[in-house]
Amino acid sequence: MVDVHKWFGDFHVLKGINLTVHKSERIVICGPSGSGKSTMIRCINRLEEHQRGRIIVDGIELTNDLKHIDQIRREVGIVFQQFNLFPHLTVIENLILAPVWSRRMRRDEAEQIAMKYLERVRIPEQAHKYPGQLSGGQQQRVAIARSLCMSPKIMLFDEPTSALDPEMIKEVLDVMISLAEEGMTMMVVTHEMGFARTVADRMMFMDGGEIIEESVPSEFFNNPKSERTKLFLSQILSQ
Amino acid sequence: MVSQDFTRPVASVRLFGWFRQNLFSSPFQALFTLGVLYLLYFVVRAVVQWSFIDANWSGNSREDCTQAGACWVFIKVRFEQFIYGFYPEAERWRVNTAFLLCILASLLLFVRSFPRKIWLGAFLLFVYPVLGYILLVGGAFGLPVVETQIWGGLMLTLVIAGIGIVGSLPIGIVLALGRRSTMPVIRAICVAFIELVRGVPLITILFMASVMLPMFLPEGINFDKLLRALIGVTLFAGAYMAEVVRGGLQAIPRGQYEAAASLGLGYWKIVGLVILPQALRIVIPGIVNTFIALFKDTTLVLIIGLFDLLGMIRAATTDPKWLGFDLEGYAFAGLVFWIFCFGMSRFSIALEKKLGPEDQRGWAR
Repeated sequence: MVDVHKWFGDFHVLKGINLTVHKSERIVICGPSGSGKSTMIRCINRLEEHQRGRIIVDGIELTNDLKHIDQIRREVGIVFQQFNLFPHLTVIENLILAPVWSRRMRRDEAEQIAMKYLERVRIPEQAHKYPGQLSGGQQQRVAIARSLCMSPKIMLFDEPTSALDPEMIKEVLDVMISLAEEGMTMMVVTHEMGFARTVADRMMFMDGGEIIEESVPSEFFNNPKSERTKLFLSQILSQ
Repeated sequence: MVSQDFTRPVASVRLFGWFRQNLFSSPFQALFTLGVLYLLYFVVRAVVQWSFIDANWSGNSREDCTQAGACWVFIKVRFEQFIYGFYPEAERWRVNTAFLLCILASLLLFVRSFPRKIWLGAFLLFVYPVLGYILLVGGAFGLPVVETQIWGGLMLTLVIAGIGIVGSLPIGIVLALGRRSTMPVIRAICVAFIELVRGVPLITILFMASVMLPMFLPEGINFDKLLRALIGVTLFAGAYMAEVVRGGLQAIPRGQYEAAASLGLGYWKIVGLVILPQALRIVIPGIVNTFIALFKDTTLVLIIGLFDLLGMIRAATTDPKWLGFDLEGYAFAGLVFWIFCFGMSRFSIALEKKLGPEDQRGWAR
């Protein structure tokens, strides 16, 4: 990402974001609400359009070219705060939808892969249930598996545990940690600082549409440079 | 002292208790209940008396109607005409075959264990219309041509309503999607069409289609009156359908689009695989509502000289031989229309139940 700017009407959400993510790198982004964290990662797969600057994903630049956008979206997985599973399809149908229709995979082959990932997120027994019958934690794990079925090169997580009851947060974080251990490239927006400490290669603090601070976790937590970061950390860690 | 009894009170004398609680809970209530019962008794008695007890059932001319009640002989004598219009008697088996085929195939769609439903659906959508056309109109395989001019009665009603129903849904969906499009030209066209057609009575549209249109068309080009009515009815219902479908589209959270888009699906796949299946299910009651309205609106084709069921009946009551039997005619028309509309309403409920097992488990949150 080079000098990315975005406006919502008159509101300047992103004020010149510069960022390079390397393969297998795990980046955790935190910051107060309204700081532009979600918007930034949503720009990476073009759920939001940036108005200035360049975003290049895996060698392809994001422009208005629809072909490129779909191509990038197939390589970039995203997990939402609200899960956004398709309620009219069963779990397994949710998982094979995109491989079959977007990657033109054969149905039985897609189902095999889907079952493999359901086992990865430890809920293969729920394959033929509907999302509405699952708990929030299970739904979010299905959502992760759904993204994995497209074998993405990078996974984006937009506050994946914020809509969950406390007792379900751990099962989702465990899945994410195991993903990280296998070398998946990840960008995670989260307030789970424990998770950030264990997993992150790089921490990033955003406020007011800018990246305020960027460092390795040990540095970030023990010796933050900016005052705003210090304030934010003291607030979030005191909870 | 408040008693600490948490058991659910049991209605010991259920029926009696219900009556007492709901109908006779106070002197005024009791009086009101009795008054309504008295009125009901009179109305029901009069209707039953007229339509059954004092009715005339046998015979074949008005002289046979000697009793004070309804003269069903009129309906009996004209029954065939009410159903087929002036469709030649020798060819009526074609109408029967066409409708039986349609009913049979539609029923099979509802049989759970029937294999290859996709082929059946494809048959109904693509093969059946051609087959139905050949059967009803003729002109191929040695079937003599039956001009649409002499079609009429219930058969015509069903043809118009059926084609209107099948045609209006896809038109409505396309218009609804167009109205939500981000492309300004497409949106403007769809909004203009919907608002124009919705803002005008159906009679006007039918009249325009049948009288004005031929004036604008070059000499010699003149297509079928029924076809013009069909186009008018279908477009009219399509505009209403568009707004019903749009209601469903608006109920789908943005996250569904985003999730589908982020998996690399294109617009039509997002709409077809993710959005429409959910949106249409939500608006089944609205869709069926539009279908029922359309079914009843078919009676307006009388205005352009097509004789549907109601038109046939109206024509029959002006026959000098049967003057003065309007009541019987309209009662019969009312009954037939009610049967079909009530059937559609039940069908809608059955469809909702069939498609919505997840619904009860809170799928749209």
